[in-house]
Amino acid sequence: MSRTHVTCVLNGDPIDFLCNDYQTLLSVLRDELGMIGTKEGCGTGDCGACSVILDGQLVCSCLVFGPEVEGRSIETIEGMADGQHLHPLQESFLEGAAFQCGVCTPGFLVAAKALLDRNPTPTETEVRYGVAGNLCRCTGYDKIVRSILDAASRMSNPQTHKEAT
Amino acid sequence: MELLSANPGAAVFAGATDLIPQIQGGRPEPSLVVDLKRIPETSRIEAHNGVWRVGAAIPAAVLTAHAGLSTTFPGLVEAAGLIGSDQIQGRATLGGNLCNASPAADSVPPLVALGADAIIVGPGGERSAPVSEVVIGPGATSLDQAEFITGFRIPSPSQGSSDAYERFIPRTEMDIAVVGSAARIRVDGDGRCEEASVVLAAVAPTVVEVGAASGILAGRVIPTDSARDPFWDELGEAVVSCCNPIDDKRGTAEFRRRVAQVLARRTVVTAARRARETL
Repeated sequence: MSRTHVTCVLNGDPIDFLCNDYQTLLSVLRDELGMIGTKEGCGTGDCGACSVILDGQLVCSCLVFGPEVEGRSIETIEGMADGQHLHPLQESFLEGAAFQCGVCTPGFLVAAKALLDRNPTPTETEVRYGVAGNLCRCTGYDKIVRSILDAASRMSNPQTHKEAT
Repeated sequence: MELLSANPGAAVFAGATDLIPQIQGGRPEPSLVVDLKRIPETSRIEAHNGVWRVGAAIPAAVLTAHAGLSTTFPGLVEAAGLIGSDQIQGRATLGGNLCNASPAADSVPPLVALGADAIIVGPGGERSAPVSEVVIGPGATSLDQAEFITGFRIPSPSQGSSDAYERFIPRTEMDIAVVGSAARIRVDGDGRCEEASVVLAAVAPTVVEVGAASGILAGRVIPTDSARDPFWDELGEAVVSCCNPIDDKRGTAEFRRRVAQVLARRTVVTAARRARETL
């Protein structure tokens, strides 16, 4: 089978790769590019473990064909921290013990980032709807929801947060 | 179109939220897939001379974030905002929701209620057809192999007109409609219903319009809640007579008939309230 050459931007860096026509973006990230932070759960768009941000839209990378991302920009979990500085969502998840086995965590973090990019001060209900496309079989969700709300409050009141710590 | 004509096993896609799970689920791979999003008119939203043209390949998340669409067609936009999760709405489109031809597609009843036409292109050029004529049964459309939908023409609602959509699912998110109902209502200056359209999903092999709804509701002042009023029983009977539901894991046929009556009433109330607010 001939492979397609695709050029795109991944976490701010221009990259290119070869993929099969029906290979998903998830498989491209993990199997062609070695970016294994993005997880495969269901492979059918139900669990959100493979969430990435594609041209500003939160999507399941298992529901995107690799060749589709030609010329587009992708953000994955690997691009979330700023070097050694964790994103406030990542800090909140650590402090709030918002994960146990951790397989769903990258997807939750990416979905939560997409939510806060769009709505920096969500209500609890908005958070619960915002991550309704992500499944977690360990935590019971409450710690995840609290951690997202905590990160939102840190990000919108950076001064208060600095004084408190 | 040349690609589609030359490859009988080819498929078009936009968001691929149905296509990829079908391939993963063992359905044979199409000989070729064509990404419609790269065709500019499939991604445009424009309003000219009282008609909106909404591209077929626009993700639901873009539709729900569009201020003009949200105020003009609140029911259509609330339906788009109910499809799957935020992740799915980042990909799922009106064209795909229609052409996947599920009886439970959320965005189809409001399109039908709004009197939308599908803009269809094929080897013979462009044609348009009422959205209600595109789907002919579960998984089947009236489109030819080399035809696809580029967008929808939706008449702007006149003053005193608005729409609404609701669906029933057993949980709060991430499920497929057990019943869906769209309503479009036009009221006169006194708030009296002049014209109504009620369209149901998931109660028959295709979405169905309750043809008698306009006759039953015309001349009535639709109350602000759906408390008992004799004409609701009439509407309920009309709704039930249009339903031809199945029993499945999401609900029994009898349950669907009952829920359809409730949702029809609720969406009529909401659409009528929104219609009065435009006056």
